[in-house]
Amino acid sequence: MSEQLYTASDFEKLTPSEKQTEKIVRPSLSAWQDAWLRLRTNKMAMVSLFILIAIVLLAIFGQFLTPYDYQTNDLSVTNQKPSSEHWFGTDSLGRDMFERTWMGAGISLQVGMYAALIDLLLGVIIGGIMGYYGGRIDEVLNRICEILYSIPNMLIVILLIVVLEPSMFTIILALSITGWINMAWIVRGQIMQLKNQEYVLASRSLGAGTSRILFRHLIPNSMGPIIVTITMTVPSAIFAEAFLSFLGLGVQSPAASLGTLINDALKAMTIYPWRMLFPAVLISLTMLCFNIFGDGLRDALDPKMKK
Amino acid sequence: MVRYTFKKLFYMLVSIFVLASATFFLMKAIPGNPFQSEKNIPKAIQEKLYAQYGLDKPVWDQYLNYMDNLVHLDLGMSMKQQYVTVTSIIQNGFGYSLQLGLFAIIFAVAAGVLFGLIAALNHRKFLDSFTILIAVLGVSIPNFVVASGLQYVFGVKLRWFSVAGLNSPTDFIMPVIALALLPAAFIARLTRSSMLEVLSADYIKTAKAKGLAGRVIMVRHALRNAILPVVTYVGPMTANIITGSVVIEQIFGIGGLGKFFVNSITNRDYTLIMGLTLFYAVILMLARFLTDIAYGFVDPRIKLSGKKGG
Repeated sequence: MSEQLYTASDFEKLTPSEKQTEKIVRPSLSAWQDAWLRLRTNKMAMVSLFILIAIVLLAIFGQFLTPYDYQTNDLSVTNQKPSSEHWFGTDSLGRDMFERTWMGAGISLQVGMYAALIDLLLGVIIGGIMGYYGGRIDEVLNRICEILYSIPNMLIVILLIVVLEPSMFTIILALSITGWINMAWIVRGQIMQLKNQEYVLASRSLGAGTSRILFRHLIPNSMGPIIVTITMTVPSAIFAEAFLSFLGLGVQSPAASLGTLINDALKAMTIYPWRMLFPAVLISLTMLCFNIFGDGLRDALDPKMKK
Repeated sequence: MVRYTFKKLFYMLVSIFVLASATFFLMKAIPGNPFQSEKNIPKAIQEKLYAQYGLDKPVWDQYLNYMDNLVHLDLGMSMKQQYVTVTSIIQNGFGYSLQLGLFAIIFAVAAGVLFGLIAALNHRKFLDSFTILIAVLGVSIPNFVVASGLQYVFGVKLRWFSVAGLNSPTDFIMPVIALALLPAAFIARLTRSSMLEVLSADYIKTAKAKGLAGRVIMVRHALRNAILPVVTYVGPMTANIITGSVVIEQIFGIGGLGKFFVNSITNRDYTLIMGLTLFYAVILMLARFLTDIAYGFVDPRIKLSGKKGG
């Protein structure tokens, strides 16, 4: 067995160019950069994103584009058609509809965003506790969620606003009271799935505490579904607010949301149909863009789910 | 199965109890009551009114009394319409709402499944993208916008249908479309994605290899499995149609429950608000409960156990 299988002459040194083949030339991409690259190729989602940015900018800065404001009555120019003076026409009190429409868009968007934000906060905390601790705590919280969920949330919202005075704050509050449950369940499911994975075990055996595991490992890795849920919450909150305004439980005059504008316009639709047009198109466009962008985001964050 | 049913029924009762208590105390939390605002009522009459609605008793007694009546399905008297019970209002309005709702559900399921099927069979072709676009639009446009748009175009301008009311069968068309558009769009999306999943399953390949006709494979093998997720959507759809009917009935001037609900809110008719809220909640819970049970029958893979069930 002294015979050698290989001798030194069987080996030769790598040339410098061959050494390069193992080198990673492309910069490494984080999961977020990866998702962004995928999202960028989705034309519909990107168009929606730009339209949404435009809507947000107009809702903020639209008021500076005309010399009017949303609440000054001018009874000499009531019920006008869209013109170069009043771009979207005027309402029955002579208020400029361009101003009112963008003011309404601003309020609708704010309601949507704050509601989504509160859902996020409550949902992640409660869902995180449910998923991480499991057992008794999970069971009790889950029961509470199930009972709350089985009550039609729109009815609760309506009841609350009948009791509290309608305002932007109470609408957001009422929407959040049941809104967080969905988010909590999504976070719970994610965390239950993730907490038994090896990297969590590794982290724990290295001495990481509960909060570190939750906030450094579990929640960042659940971010995909969380973000998608938020993008889907915003349009449904906007719709809910419009629905409430429709029942006369929305923000009160002179302030207006898209829902109140549509409701006001509906009363005089046969005579002044154009007053309906702009708020109706704007609210539909906003929800459409949020939905398409949300779909794109889900595909980008979880390519396996794509169908 | 039996245990599961009882467990679900128990939770339904708990939910109704929680909701009933919540509505009761919410309504009590409002400062004042509907009779205080009316001007210059002699004290004797006011006391009589209070006594008639039991408002002179302590809150706790009122609560027990309310719960006791509830068990006997007595929802009390309307506070704004004299001598009218909430139960009779519900009896009057429910017929219209039920008809409207059932038509909307039938229309939504039929249209949704059909369009979802068309989209899936033309995967990645024009008809697919077109259907998806319509479905996204259907999910995004608020139903009251759809309703008022339809009313303006077909009622006011073209005069094809009457603007309001439910007096002839054609009067149902516009409200039903407005009510069903969102659920139909949802069902189309659901059907499409589950159909695509089913079509790539092994048993479809087997069916093809056996030489079965394409139509048979589509209907008996693929579609039957693909519409299973649609069954789970019945609960949320009922919720949608209930909340939708509130505005749609208002827009088309239909005297159903939704219209009473809106009126009760504007009039602050508290007993009516409470009664209708509870009634809606019970309907919705029943729909969800029946869906759960039905799903166990339709899909034998799902085992309904007392321990886990969504």
